[in-house]
Amino acid sequence: MSERIVIIGAGEAGARAAMALRENGFTGSVTLIGDEPHLPYERPPLSKAVLNAVDDPAPAFILSEATLTEHDITLMRGTVATAIDRAAHSVATSDGASLPYDRLLLATGARPRRLALPGADGALYLRSFSDALALRSHLVPERRIVLVGGGFIGLELAAAARMRGCTVTVIEMAPRLLGRAVPEAIAAEVARRHEAEGVRLILGAGIEAIEAGASGATIRLANGEMVECDGIIAGIGAIPETALAEAAGLAIDNGIQADERLRTNDADIFAAGDCCSFPLALYGGRRVRLEAWRNAQDQGNHVARALLGATEAYAAVPWFWSDQYDATLQIAGLPDEGTQTVRRDLGEDCHMLFHLAPDGRLIAASAFGPNSRIARDVRIAEMLIGREARPPHEVLDNESVPLRSLLSAI
Amino acid sequence: MTSTIAVTWVDACAADEIDEEDVIRFDHAGRTFAIFRSPDDAFFATDGLCTHEKVHLADGLVMENIIECPKHNGRFDYRTGAAKGAPVCVDLKTYPVRVEKGRVLIGLD
Repeated sequence: MSERIVIIGAGEAGARAAMALRENGFTGSVTLIGDEPHLPYERPPLSKAVLNAVDDPAPAFILSEATLTEHDITLMRGTVATAIDRAAHSVATSDGASLPYDRLLLATGARPRRLALPGADGALYLRSFSDALALRSHLVPERRIVLVGGGFIGLELAAAARMRGCTVTVIEMAPRLLGRAVPEAIAAEVARRHEAEGVRLILGAGIEAIEAGASGATIRLANGEMVECDGIIAGIGAIPETALAEAAGLAIDNGIQADERLRTNDADIFAAGDCCSFPLALYGGRRVRLEAWRNAQDQGNHVARALLGATEAYAAVPWFWSDQYDATLQIAGLPDEGTQTVRRDLGEDCHMLFHLAPDGRLIAASAFGPNSRIARDVRIAEMLIGREARPPHEVLDNESVPLRSLLSAI
Repeated sequence: MTSTIAVTWVDACAADEIDEEDVIRFDHAGRTFAIFRSPDDAFFATDGLCTHEKVHLADGLVMENIIECPKHNGRFDYRTGAAKGAPVCVDLKTYPVRVEKGRVLIGLD
């Protein structure tokens, strides 16, 4: 009998895994279960291109009907997986079906954390294409928009709102933007850019309450200040979708707990993407969960091979980007693992930071600026990180020595 | 890659403006191109924007015969324009190139 692989979640990781199963020669059945009505689509444009489109934005589809047919992938759209029966090896769905599997992939993603505040019911969030359309209708010129949360989503949305002519305020509870994942010096540059664009940043500010008015709302801060606005968008983090896994008795640890090959504690069930926590050998086996497009792609590719029996560890260097205005923030590796920082000027008031371990190993790099200035060098740094290189400081901080010379040297 | 359609040869840059195993951007008549110099010192030209999300390929990294998009690491063989796997699935258009008297000319249709 031919083997059956079921994938729960038709986002980037799930869709990529479905395709990668075929690319790796799998000839059994592939069923992709997605709770949205659309074909699988890319989420990164939701906070940028979709909001700034002149008219009628459409999702950027990852797979077409023709591609699904050509690769014999069954997509169940608008369908929710409601339970996993591990003993019977089957998945129950909202339309009453019971899908048998030989191996199962959980690519269930994450959902926005909701504001737990009185009066926050009217706040908007971003995860799906329909969320983006709802947001877009609020981003009209002169409207006063408050972004609660100074992380990636909040700042990308702040930039989009400014570009659409809104009056924008960002309220962040921490004393600086972007939290632990981004070095303070880079976060400070991002802050300067937003202020230069006319965004008001209120940092280190807790919110006491939100009072809904006739057309807008008033936000009462812990220091007593009142911020009036016409719309509130919250970007305060995401919560991995683990309920299904948890109900099935799978181990959970900041997401669905997977091993180095992305297998859960059930040998026939795997996890990938935003929902998946896994150990990264590059950082001493530190357990991480990465909410990033590249990770979803890379894990989709990797987990497809693991579903087919491959045993190698997932070892990609974490990498992500965030576009704000015409600038981009890129980070390769995990900067918070670094104990020393080396700075390299990239011209035009732009620089990048290298983060090194005590033994001199390059473990992360970060930069904010035009893509044309930073992308290539961050990519080279990413390769050096993957090779566990110990590049000399006098090359890293000397912009007249091309960084790529280190690739052949090491 | 060769075409029987008449092409117009456009002077794009000096050959020594491009390092070996590198790329530069060339804009002409409202269009944007990427011009490559391979490790074995041959020149190639393609459309300048990635077929995935319209990012300038000249900002990406050339490794041997591959250009990698700076945004999502989509990879193309710049000699043929062939897309080398997800997230890129649409090939890049390529253009003929001549080097004359130290200048790189690309043939536009």
